[in-house]
Amino acid sequence: MQDSGEPDQNSSSPSSVPERVLVVGASSGIGASLVRQLAQEGCQVAALARREDRLAELAEGAPPGSVHVYPHDVMDAGDVPALLERIVKDLGGLDTLCYVAGVMPMVGPQEYDHDQDRTMVRVNLLGGMAWCAEVARLFLSERRGTIVGVSSVAGERGRRMNPAYHASKAGFTTYLESLRNRLEGHGVRVVTILPGMVSTDMTAGIDKLVWPITPEQAAKTMISTWRGSFWSTRYMPLRWCLVMRVIREIPSRIFRHLNI
Amino acid sequence: MGQDIGRVGIERVEGWGMSVGSTARIVRPRDLDQLRGALEEARRAGVSLAPRGTGCSYGDASTTRDGWALDMTRMNRLLDFDASTGDAELEGGASIRQLWRKALPLGYWPKVVSGTMFPTMGGAAAMNIHGKNNFKVGTFGDNLLEIDLLLGNGDLVTCSREQNAELFHGAIGGFGMLGIITRAKTRTTKVYSGDVRVRGISCHDLGEMMDAMQELVGEADYLVGWIDTFGSGSAGGRGLIHDARYLLDGEDSDPDKTLSLKHQDLPDAVMGVPKAEIWRVLRMFNHDPGMRLVNAIKQVSGRMEAMSGWHRQSHAGFNFLLDYVPDWKYAYARRAGDGLLQYQAFLPADTARDGFLALLAEGQSSGHTPYLGVLKRHRPDPFLMTHALDGWSMAMDLKVTAKNRAHLMETCARFSKICLAAGGRFYFAKDQVISPDVARASFGSERIAAFHELKAHADPDGLFSTDLWRRVFEEDPARTSHGPWPR
Repeated sequence: MQDSGEPDQNSSSPSSVPERVLVVGASSGIGASLVRQLAQEGCQVAALARREDRLAELAEGAPPGSVHVYPHDVMDAGDVPALLERIVKDLGGLDTLCYVAGVMPMVGPQEYDHDQDRTMVRVNLLGGMAWCAEVARLFLSERRGTIVGVSSVAGERGRRMNPAYHASKAGFTTYLESLRNRLEGHGVRVVTILPGMVSTDMTAGIDKLVWPITPEQAAKTMISTWRGSFWSTRYMPLRWCLVMRVIREIPSRIFRHLNI
Repeated sequence: MGQDIGRVGIERVEGWGMSVGSTARIVRPRDLDQLRGALEEARRAGVSLAPRGTGCSYGDASTTRDGWALDMTRMNRLLDFDASTGDAELEGGASIRQLWRKALPLGYWPKVVSGTMFPTMGGAAAMNIHGKNNFKVGTFGDNLLEIDLLLGNGDLVTCSREQNAELFHGAIGGFGMLGIITRAKTRTTKVYSGDVRVRGISCHDLGEMMDAMQELVGEADYLVGWIDTFGSGSAGGRGLIHDARYLLDGEDSDPDKTLSLKHQDLPDAVMGVPKAEIWRVLRMFNHDPGMRLVNAIKQVSGRMEAMSGWHRQSHAGFNFLLDYVPDWKYAYARRAGDGLLQYQAFLPADTARDGFLALLAEGQSSGHTPYLGVLKRHRPDPFLMTHALDGWSMAMDLKVTAKNRAHLMETCARFSKICLAAGGRFYFAKDQVISPDVARASFGSERIAAFHELKAHADPDGLFSTDLWRRVFEEDPARTSHGPWPR
């Protein structure tokens, strides 16, 4: 008798093995905080972002060997399959995907710029769909794994400020919900993160932040959320859950007159 | 990627029983050009390709620890169906499901189907699958008229009993090692109803079951025996036979209705539990005491079914028992690497009864009582690496866990000794345990050498390889560990 007796080689890990996490959008804000905290805990982290110098800094600041960096532009969705394959090989498997990449250019009241809008959709929505779909197929085949998508409370209503941003986040929230329903019963967990305002580069142009949290707080909440089993959709901070419930119910004829 | 080879991704590629598999690159070509591209690309990268359909083989027939998996399911067009003869032509990745759904409304049913409708034409041919009517119509290969085979050397050849007959008889049952089956032409059976007549016959022991089945061989269209694997001593091999027959012309008062696809739908719920959730209920019974209870209940209900006489069941309902409960294998495990393995022993008619009883006893005494046992009658066929013989097969579903794995493999090794002593054969759609020695003793060195010779001609560079191939047939151990190509 030969073989088959030997344990089989796959990317599933017993609980004693450190978590292997892929963070897309790792160079700043929540993504960078996630990488730092996970690496500090002893996780194996694949950090993806466009800005190589930022990635290099992250890797330097982390315990040696814990952060693997991959320069990647999420607008190049075609690169995703090959890159994922490389990462799974480098990390010896994958437990969690975090899609954190997002852009929110400031849009002036008179500004209608399709190129800018398209960039938001490509980064906030299409890039997320590309990564989530590719990883979903891997996780489905293993009947395990966690997909975490950072969307936004901005996806709950179409405010006057930035139509494309709201649309891209609404799209991503709905995409993640649909993905969660699809994978239900197959051992794969999908978590939607809906931050309110996080004090990062992205929100630096906003004069007054409502209930701001730091990227460190956001990362900490996210990690405990995906490791727990209670929340599948998590508002950060939690009070947004109640507030958005009310705001969602405001009729459009009234909402368009309100500056919220 | 250098050229267009179809969709590429990384996934866990595992056997249907989930207990063997590994993470691998999986390539999914959509047409012949992309398929050729994939072969070319693999050759350039110096890796082997493991041909794969829906992955319905229980073991390692379509998995690969070393190389890429070549998923053929996107090449799935139904090319032609001749309503006057019932001959069907499909691409290699088309499924049995596609075939019967095309054929039935026209009054035909596939000659041979497995217990699930999802295998592809290429997979069914390469593994030379059989159904509950093997004793009557032979294997899947017996009913193929023609196949197109894309060889490792890039040639696309049409093979049949007249043309390239040697390749035809080698590739069918050749577990994909000679080439990729890109097209298959198969016969179907004329039917006059969408239903079959079915009756149950309850049996007290294995001898009684085999005698009763043997008597029905001339009359029945389908015969299958369910065995209570927990029965022992005088009740060893007790169970229930299902005897099914096609309806004759005129026997069905409303054939248009029963031949419709709607009539073939499997039920949405079983005893009030929605289909998709049933595995969670089954999981509660997936241990020795639970399965002893389930088998005992089935034995009693089988007696009642036997008393109720003939009843009608749709073709899909009768044949595709494995599809009643989606993902029922999750009752065994969901964690990759755990799951089940199926050990199906093929024994000649004169040694079968004692051999099967010995297997059941061995399983019970070693603590690996199968949770399901299925008995079928077979007949020989002309294919080189065939499992088919004039005799019987007994399939046993065995639970695999990380803990029992090594011990189970030892038990399976003892199963194989029993089979070899009884002159048995093995079936690679199920196997994941036999060693090269067992294969040689069972199939004979000459037969295996003949297959190697065919492969050397059809796939001279060893482009096609699977875990199964490396485990059982690869000659050079150095190649086994590093793959057929230098890395």
